[in-house]
Amino acid sequence: MKNARKTEYDVIIIGGGATGAGTARDCAMRGLKTILIERLDFTAGATGRNHGLLHSGARYAHTDPESAAECIKENMILRKIARHCIDDTGGLFVTLPEDSLEYQDAFVKDCLKSGIPAEILDPEQAIRMEPAVNKDIIGAVKVPDASVDPFRLTTANILAARINGADIITYHEVIGFEKDGNRIVGVKVKSQRTGEEDIIRGKVTVNAAGIWGYHIAELAGVKVNMYPAKGALLIFGHRVNNMVLNRCRKPGDADILVPGDTISIIGTTSTRIPFDEIDHMDVTPGEVDLLLREGVKLSPLLATTRILRAYAGVRPLVADDKDPTGRSISRGIVCLDHAKRDGVEGFVTITGGKLMTYRLMAEEATDMVCRKLNIDRPCETAVVPLPGSEPTAEDEERRAHIIELSTEQKAAEERHGSWTGKIKATSDSDDALVCECEQVSVAEVNYAMDELHVHNLVNMRRRTRLGMGTCQGELCACRAAGLLERHDKCTERNIDDLASFMQERWHGMYPVCWGETLCEVQFTSWLYQGVLGLDPEDSKDIDPSSF
Amino acid sequence: MMTLQQQNISDNNFESCIKCTICTVYCPVTAVNPDYPGPKQAGPDGERYRLKKPFFYDEALKYCLNCKRCEVSCPNNVKIGDIIQAARIKYSTHKPSLRDSMLADTDRMGSIATRMAPLVNFTLGLKPVKLIMDKVLKIDDRRTFPKYSPIRFETWYKKEAAQTQEAFTKKVSYFHGCYVNYNYPQLGKDLLTVLNALGYGVRLLEKEKCCGVAKIANRCIDQATRDAVFNLKYIGQAVDEGDEVLLTSSTCCFTIRDEYPHLLHLDNHDVRDHVMLATRFIYHVLDEGKAKIAFKEDYKKKVAYHVPCHMEKLGWTIYSTSLLKMIPGVEFINLDSHCCGIAGTYGFKKENYDYSQGIGEPLFRQILDSGCDFVACDCETCKWQIEMSTQVPVLNPVSVLAEAIDIEKTRQLNA
Repeated sequence: MKNARKTEYDVIIIGGGATGAGTARDCAMRGLKTILIERLDFTAGATGRNHGLLHSGARYAHTDPESAAECIKENMILRKIARHCIDDTGGLFVTLPEDSLEYQDAFVKDCLKSGIPAEILDPEQAIRMEPAVNKDIIGAVKVPDASVDPFRLTTANILAARINGADIITYHEVIGFEKDGNRIVGVKVKSQRTGEEDIIRGKVTVNAAGIWGYHIAELAGVKVNMYPAKGALLIFGHRVNNMVLNRCRKPGDADILVPGDTISIIGTTSTRIPFDEIDHMDVTPGEVDLLLREGVKLSPLLATTRILRAYAGVRPLVADDKDPTGRSISRGIVCLDHAKRDGVEGFVTITGGKLMTYRLMAEEATDMVCRKLNIDRPCETAVVPLPGSEPTAEDEERRAHIIELSTEQKAAEERHGSWTGKIKATSDSDDALVCECEQVSVAEVNYAMDELHVHNLVNMRRRTRLGMGTCQGELCACRAAGLLERHDKCTERNIDDLASFMQERWHGMYPVCWGETLCEVQFTSWLYQGVLGLDPEDSKDIDPSSF
Repeated sequence: MMTLQQQNISDNNFESCIKCTICTVYCPVTAVNPDYPGPKQAGPDGERYRLKKPFFYDEALKYCLNCKRCEVSCPNNVKIGDIIQAARIKYSTHKPSLRDSMLADTDRMGSIATRMAPLVNFTLGLKPVKLIMDKVLKIDDRRTFPKYSPIRFETWYKKEAAQTQEAFTKKVSYFHGCYVNYNYPQLGKDLLTVLNALGYGVRLLEKEKCCGVAKIANRCIDQATRDAVFNLKYIGQAVDEGDEVLLTSSTCCFTIRDEYPHLLHLDNHDVRDHVMLATRFIYHVLDEGKAKIAFKEDYKKKVAYHVPCHMEKLGWTIYSTSLLKMIPGVEFINLDSHCCGIAGTYGFKKENYDYSQGIGEPLFRQILDSGCDFVACDCETCKWQIEMSTQVPVLNPVSVLAEAIDIEKTRQLNA
């Protein structure tokens, strides 16, 4: 890595969310010498803290036709290039007795106008398709919503960038810029681990840091008017619904229930928060209350289902440059050329948008970078499958007898797609499960450590789902810590890491800590504090991204 | 929000699992078969994945022998065994094989076999026949088949007992099950001996079929459901007439009481409390002073009691062991509660034979070390397994009572 930094890059990308990773992939595929810098871990910000909804665009059809059209187009693209990240659940927009059926009529018209296939169903038919839905619905529209795993999607983009020659560094914070007159020629980074500072030189720098991009822009001497908006969500213990459920009304709070991997997620709320809270967000009792109260209207089963945890993400709301008051929020993607806008050369900000349109955002940003570098290479990210989604001969062969595999092998197959073959189990102990709830084997953990930029347990969780299941790390965290210890041979840091991981899990369980979740937490604390003697104070090295 | 979330309702309480893993520690299969994921993973953990997509079903769930020891051990009342069996029924894409359907259809095999019992018993004991069954049907050739009886219990009853039983004013009904009917009518006769001496007449149900445990285990669910509906009808008739319905097999009893509602989704709540093991009935009758019992003075035996898995699940071991302990000449040994490994048809299957014997090994050792005269046990398949594996005879506690009871004295006490 030291050597890599001596070289001058064509492009430096700041931010390891979906947009940053997508931009790194696009730049690298167009032959640019690329480096991505992430302050913490991939998906540590808004990318890892949303619904994981592959929008059909229907939600925006009425209020924002432009976004709706973008969504449906990207929806169809992602289904092709990222099939291992997507679960094609289909979605319903349901009308409750308290909502109006007139909205449904307008909604369907708007969907069709934006090119979104929307089919009105008889409520009874909808109930048969999705038995978890409120039986009182008076209307239902079927749309091509699906669920997408943002962790997998981002990792796949990182892998693609790396395959195409990009350098990737995590746990390095950008603390300043190198300038040559009004031109930005590099960034100053600081290692989160060692505190060491370093300079990375690049011709163009892309600010893809989400809400944290506000500060990045400030460091570069430009102002991007952004407002952090917090959105809280709840995770239920298993899949309550198998289709995405939306309220057919003007978008509001807690009106989407998404079947994520093994769980269901209700969300979101929307609250503006001050910048000093973006790294430490707590979900409040009021938010939990609201999410549940509205959630049960979509599916009454939520009232009797165990809640695993609560979490919140920050949307970067960007003020429209055309509005001098800075009050009106621009919809859709914001790609700023700071040379034109602010007279700062070699600096681009890509923001706004949504997980759904990360690829398009990356394409727009890369187009802008290429224009600056006078490079004329077409974007191929919409047609080339992501690593894990490529069809291979081996893939076909494996699929043929996949039904005979164990649950853990099938789960790995879902997570890593056509790359699953890279997980090598050489002994019986490699087949042993580390995480039982989410079926993660020793071999998969080893693969993640070797190939997927894993430095700690949080990274491991995001790459494999380890610790995301019912027990929230109770059984797997100590096992995984053992495996990581063998890898980086620092027991002390390992214990700190384990303590922070468990503290982070607790942070998510605390707002919903009653019933079975309370039992689980109690049992976990007996194990870790009572039996293993872990001290919560050990979590000093805590990863701010954990919160 | 607390008021909204007062109850956590999931099928078979699978979400109440707090991952303590006690069930896996108590699972007899996990200890011997590394291919079996264990009750926690096969049950509540796997259920989350199956709810995501049926695709995640793991065929290794067939190794579960449905002993329900996981459920007995669970501190949070998760119906782990039911989750696993329900998943096998719902998700397995493998059709039951010819062998499985044959093993499951105890009624049909029984009625054919009893007609030609001596021939069948002789043939099933022949080495070449066993080898053919092993190779063709994958029924392990090391397994000893239970002997078929030349005369069915039902036939005997109609001819020899029906009339005398009518003379009693106090009556109970008896669900004899396949084993007593086709293989071992003596156990049914023993029950009549004991109950008659206590002053109770024994009636048979107007009709009965196999309880269906083997059909459920082999996923012949439609047939099992038909038979169960049939049985519930005739059990209901007896209950309506005021009878308790007694059984001498802990597994049949458990199946009718618990598997019918849990796995076949049949409502049996109006008869469930009246379906019970004979030993429970006898214990209560004696305990409440409704009858008195006297034992032979010269009866002296060292008896080791084995708890069948489904007896453990019923929670009724205490009735059988208390009765055995009432016999003055019995030196009582309580064997550790440990699965014998056969689990009905499970242990007959070639792919399970070694696991089956491995599971039972500690029990066999304890029996052989105990120096007992015989083993007492409320389950017939445990009997086959223990007799085959230890050569120590196994008697149902009802048969032990029949042997130890002073019939004349008892009859007079209850006259």
